[in-house]
Amino acid sequence: MAFTRGFTGKRRGDRAARGDRLPPGQYDTGTDWPTLTAEATPRATPEGWSITVDGLVEEERAWDWREAHALPGSTYAGDIHCVTTWSKFDMRFTGVSVDTLLDAARPRPEAAYVMAHSSSGYTTNLPLDDLRGGKAWIVWEVDGKPLSVPHGGPVRLLVPHLYFWKSAKWISRLELMGRDRPGFWEANGYHDRGDPWLEQRYQGDP
Amino acid sequence: MSAPTGAWTTGRLAEVTRDSERLVRLRFEVADRIDHLPGQHYVLRLRAEDGYTAQRSYSIASDPADPLLELMIECLPDGEVSSFMHAEARVGDEFELRGPIGGWFTWAGDVPALCLAGGSGVVPIVSMMRHARRLGVEHLLRVVVVGRTLPELPYEDELVGRADLIALTRENLGSRVAAPPYPDELVDLVDGVDRAYVCGSVGFASFAQRVLGEAGMRADAVRVEQFGATS
Repeated sequence: MAFTRGFTGKRRGDRAARGDRLPPGQYDTGTDWPTLTAEATPRATPEGWSITVDGLVEEERAWDWREAHALPGSTYAGDIHCVTTWSKFDMRFTGVSVDTLLDAARPRPEAAYVMAHSSSGYTTNLPLDDLRGGKAWIVWEVDGKPLSVPHGGPVRLLVPHLYFWKSAKWISRLELMGRDRPGFWEANGYHDRGDPWLEQRYQGDP
Repeated sequence: MSAPTGAWTTGRLAEVTRDSERLVRLRFEVADRIDHLPGQHYVLRLRAEDGYTAQRSYSIASDPADPLLELMIECLPDGEVSSFMHAEARVGDEFELRGPIGGWFTWAGDVPALCLAGGSGVVPIVSMMRHARRLGVEHLLRVVVVGRTLPELPYEDELVGRADLIALTRENLGSRVAAPPYPDELVDLVDGVDRAYVCGSVGFASFAQRVLGEAGMRADAVRVEQFGATS
């Protein structure tokens, strides 16, 4: 590919400082945490929140705010990557591992994909394997403080090894499915899996 | 209607206009261009000789029937891509472009809609306005723009006389005293529209959703495109 005349790159420091923690095409957003939302931000409260795990499961399960907090806690400390090309380093999210929810609902053998639903109507699809094995959480705290509504609070999904649109804000339901079907951004041209290390940004990427 | 999505291609810069210290208008000849829907965006990627790349997304300002693809880029202080395009880009340069992208914040000229845009958020709205004019459906599109001053507003020349309301926050405009739009200025504009498009910074988008709600707009009919940072 031809290079851009005169371009040397003035943010190379990001790559030098972050080394192999910065996926291709990303930059370090520093202390900023941009918020991107396609729909009107809902009015969300802890009292009104719950999450349901249903679809291809042995037992449909649901937890409200209090019940979710009674589950064993789990923390993710690390980086997040947004498809709009910012990455944010050394964040700390606290909540519950999605494994805990799935173990309670017991996915049926034919379950292979999950549609994550938000109370706003937003959806995003993920392979079930990307939500298991200590790779995904539902979280209500970031860097020791409650998650704000613009950032998806009171509770959002967190799947930090994939682009951040997969980490659905205002998470309300995990629907286990036998076949993949596109969620909101996926139906609008974005990738079904969204691995930042493979730059799976849009449909048609590897 | 499903929106088109394009792959990586090459764009040759055909026209560069520096509208102000902060705004540069770029018009590209795009190889194998796929027609966009107003509201969609392109990704612009810069590549250094050693392979280092930087890429950002920019809203399209042109009508799909325009033979060139037009982007309006606001220069951000730390913007690696925007500052390069301001300082260095020249007619004849070639760039990696990918698009069109985004199938949600789009208007095909089919439903009555209200646009509420702040600052450089007017760019995709300008694409919608140009589209409406070409299709002869300008009556379907109501436009409200918010800016600090008139000279700071991108596409000031196209907005004056066309927008249903220009709300300036730092200087008076005619008899209108500087202020963000009031709900009562929007009530008549909200009446009868099926959809609202909000585009601007995070802070603007939050304000816009609230004021639209106060003016009677249904929240589930609002589509939002926001950019910029919040800590």
